[in-house]
Amino acid sequence: MTLATFLQHLVNALSLGSLYALIAIGYTMVYGILRLINFAHGDVFMLGAYLAFYLVGVFLLPWWATFVVAILLTAAFGVALERVAYRPLRDSPRISVMISAIGASFLIENVAVVLFGGRPKGVAVPPILDVKLNLGSVSIMSVSLVIPALTFAILGVLLWVVHRTRTGMAMRAVSTDLDAARLQAIDVNRIIAFTFGAGSLLAGVGGIMWAYKYPQLNPLMGVMPGLKCFIAAVIGGIGNIQGAVLGGFLLGLIELLTIAFLPTLTGYRDAFAFVLLILVLLVKPSGLLGSTAAEKV
Amino acid sequence: MTPARTRLTWSLAAAAAFVALLVVADGLFDAFTLRVFNLCAIYVVLALSLNLVNGFTGLFSLGHAGFMAVGAYTCALLTMTPEQKEMNFFLEPMAPWLAGLSLPFVPALLAAGLVAALLGFLVGAPVLRLKDDYLAIATLGFAEIIRVVLTNTQSITNGALGLKGLPAFAGTWVVWSCAALAAAFMVLLTRSSYGRALKAVRDDEIAAAAMGIDVFRTKVVSFTVSSFMAGVGGALLGHVLTTIDPKMFTFMLTFNILLVVVLGGIGSITGSVVSALAVTILMEVLRFLDGPLDFLVFQTEGRPGLRMVVFSILLMAVVLFRQRGLMGNRELSWGMLAKVGLLPRAAAGEEGPRC
Amino acid sequence: MKRLAVALSAVLLVSLGCSQSKPTTVKLGVFEPMTGANAAGGAMEVEGIKLANELYPTVKVGGAEMKIELVLADNKSDKVEAANAAQRLVDKDKVNAVLGSWGSSLSMSAGPIVKDKKIPAVALSATNPLVTKGNDYYFRVCFIDPFQGTVMANYAVKEVKAKKAVIIREVSNDYSVGLAKFFVDAFKKLTGDDAAILAELNYNTNDQDFTAQLTAVKAHNPDVIFAPGNYTESALIIKQARELGITAPFLGGDTWETPEFMDVGKQAVEGAVFSTFFATEVPITPTSTVFLDAYRKKYSKEPAAVTALGFDGYLVVRAAIEKAGSLDGTKIRDALAATQAFPGAAGLITFDQNRDATKSAVIKVVRGGKFTYLTTVQP
Repeated sequence: MTLATFLQHLVNALSLGSLYALIAIGYTMVYGILRLINFAHGDVFMLGAYLAFYLVGVFLLPWWATFVVAILLTAAFGVALERVAYRPLRDSPRISVMISAIGASFLIENVAVVLFGGRPKGVAVPPILDVKLNLGSVSIMSVSLVIPALTFAILGVLLWVVHRTRTGMAMRAVSTDLDAARLQAIDVNRIIAFTFGAGSLLAGVGGIMWAYKYPQLNPLMGVMPGLKCFIAAVIGGIGNIQGAVLGGFLLGLIELLTIAFLPTLTGYRDAFAFVLLILVLLVKPSGLLGSTAAEKV
Repeated sequence: MTPARTRLTWSLAAAAAFVALLVVADGLFDAFTLRVFNLCAIYVVLALSLNLVNGFTGLFSLGHAGFMAVGAYTCALLTMTPEQKEMNFFLEPMAPWLAGLSLPFVPALLAAGLVAALLGFLVGAPVLRLKDDYLAIATLGFAEIIRVVLTNTQSITNGALGLKGLPAFAGTWVVWSCAALAAAFMVLLTRSSYGRALKAVRDDEIAAAAMGIDVFRTKVVSFTVSSFMAGVGGALLGHVLTTIDPKMFTFMLTFNILLVVVLGGIGSITGSVVSALAVTILMEVLRFLDGPLDFLVFQTEGRPGLRMVVFSILLMAVVLFRQRGLMGNRELSWGMLAKVGLLPRAAAGEEGPRC
Repeated sequence: MKRLAVALSAVLLVSLGCSQSKPTTVKLGVFEPMTGANAAGGAMEVEGIKLANELYPTVKVGGAEMKIELVLADNKSDKVEAANAAQRLVDKDKVNAVLGSWGSSLSMSAGPIVKDKKIPAVALSATNPLVTKGNDYYFRVCFIDPFQGTVMANYAVKEVKAKKAVIIREVSNDYSVGLAKFFVDAFKKLTGDDAAILAELNYNTNDQDFTAQLTAVKAHNPDVIFAPGNYTESALIIKQARELGITAPFLGGDTWETPEFMDVGKQAVEGAVFSTFFATEVPITPTSTVFLDAYRKKYSKEPAAVTALGFDGYLVVRAAIEKAGSLDGTKIRDALAATQAFPGAAGLITFDQNRDATKSAVIKVVRGGKFTYLTTVQP
């Protein structure tokens, strides 16, 4: 393999990884607070993309206004989802909540099929993001430069919120021990709603950026990315925001570089993520940046 | 008569009625109704196998489709005649050791179950130490890995082209015997001390360990047995359709079975049986939802996909409002039927423990 | 137990469904995916069938003129559902013939059912040879993949003057895998070079990122890239290839001919070449003109190739029923098998001994955002 080819592979991998990282942050935030795998996260991501599409098409807003409106609507949807599907089950066994999550995920997908139709739709990418750049022999689209910048910007903002604001402190309290947080007069419901809203907002951002990079919408577009981003979050240490970013990049690198060196395995690509997940769960279940907590009886 | 003998008589009467129903079905039902009827039996087997691991042992496993796939392919490859194999593997020649391999149906079915069980053991051993959520995703991951492998190994499974021309061994008697065996097995298991160990593990792992139960071993055995049943179920499904391909065995399939189990009540055998029947029939009955609808006041155009929306709402409703599902974790017993008034009081036998 | 009672009564209701009455209409089952992954293809075929039904709503059976009724059954792009839908058509709706399905694996699901009940079925665009192999009651009005692969290989060698090629195939799609294999065999034979295929790269259904595979393709620097697969992924593949700076031409199969292919691919898919069944610019038979006029009048746009095939399927079955002079499944089947040079909208239909139609293929290119006719290839 020539250096040019390898560099291109590397650029592709980092580009994909940054997208995974962006979506994994939302997953990890929700899991950190509720200890819940939000199976519906991938579908919220899909909704964000579709909302942006329809806002442009129907209301003819310029794309940056669409972006803002769409992610706010997605955040609102996320809050509603939590209220309807997860809050009633807060004191129920974990298995019920997980089934509710899966049910919610399927419901959103099937409603999307009925509302939007199963046929894929092409996305009009804003011209500024559709520029092909050549750095030496490596080609990269401008959108692939914007995404990592966005990811790190969001990472910075979130870390600031979590560690330097009262809301962030409340979030950390709730994620450590929900009942103790209640005793401290923290409005647990509000904090959880806020976290869900923020996580869904990020899912919306991720969805729209995904649609700009891979300009094709279909109701099931969130399924595989959702699973892979969850795996990325687990690899990095679930509940840990920096870990999610790290996990995302790592997953992108491993997925694409393995194919780069072993092109005969291209058909097995989806399996890599799952194999990686199982390895991490067996060797270090708390992930790369996570910490184990002892279970008290 | 003693209460026990009364219950036994009722049970025998029910069994006789069941056999009579099968004879009637085989003779009188038209092919479409018979197909739905047989599909019910297969879903009974699958629901029971998922309930064993999710309901009775409390492990949230989402990998069922993978074991079904392995069972289906094993049974298919073992029962297809060499000519059918020739015809199917026209794109890439078959692996030579497969060409001659052939077994009659019942041994092939058992082999399918055993291969799936072996896989379940290999998968379970590392994965069952994980907690709920991680276990769910890990088993889901394994199911996906299995599907990807089946798609890519062209010379063994014929890859994406799938296998066609499976011998139609899965007739009414075969599938319903399997369903009956599965139900009987589950009843015996749950009534045994092993079953109690399973429930102890489900209710509180640490307490169970403190009582001397080898938690990990219990989980692995339960998972392996469940995989066996899933493999058999998958093989039966394949032989009813007479054609299989990897795209059949996605997470959607696991979701359908999960739906059945949740609706029937996680941890209830009768719940699973009734729910399997109801859901399979409902799937067909609600087909009209996908076409144009006439509400007398207004008409809607054909909106495909509405049927699945209804099922998703049903699942959500059950999970949110009646978590116990249809039966919770209780079983239908003659005593219960008598209490409700469907059977004469004398049949109940007021004393005697309900298990 | 109320719920037990409900369940049992549901079983009884379903079994009571059949009503016996003397047939006054001819029933044609339309067995297509209306939902699920293949919904787009199914919808297009149904358009053609419905149009044909509007133009020719009756058929002469024996001495009587009978109305043809279409019975739609959605197979949800799922095999288990497909078997149920086919069984329902054959048993409950008691159709006299079946049209469909889009998607060879779905047609194979219905195969044993129609064979068992002796109801003839006509597949419209399913190109996997296994659909008709070994099943006397399944026909198809389109060519099969071995032919299509050869057509594209010929084009690659003769027109593009390619010596080396790379294959990108959808490994979880039987159509893609089959077509790729036939192309490879033909290409190797035509170039006389066993190493003419530089690489075969795979992807899965619903994948969206192909940069890894395409970077490897770029490194090989082939003369032509054959990427048969569903338009959903293919459009993205070509777009990403152009973004990576790959300039080699892309060749594909009939699944590319959809409006979404250009909607998603936009500028990038200019110059993509593919084989298909039918071209609106080149009416092949008088029926083509009839079909085109009717379609344009009704929908004010150009029809897809599979729509023309749907139209043909309906007509060929109708002709067979008329020839057989009866509604008996076996007689209709025999009449179908004897079809010779039937003028369909997409060409002359003759069924060979495998019940496949030997048709000519049409090659189209994307030019100026439209599917433009290039040439016709005779079998």
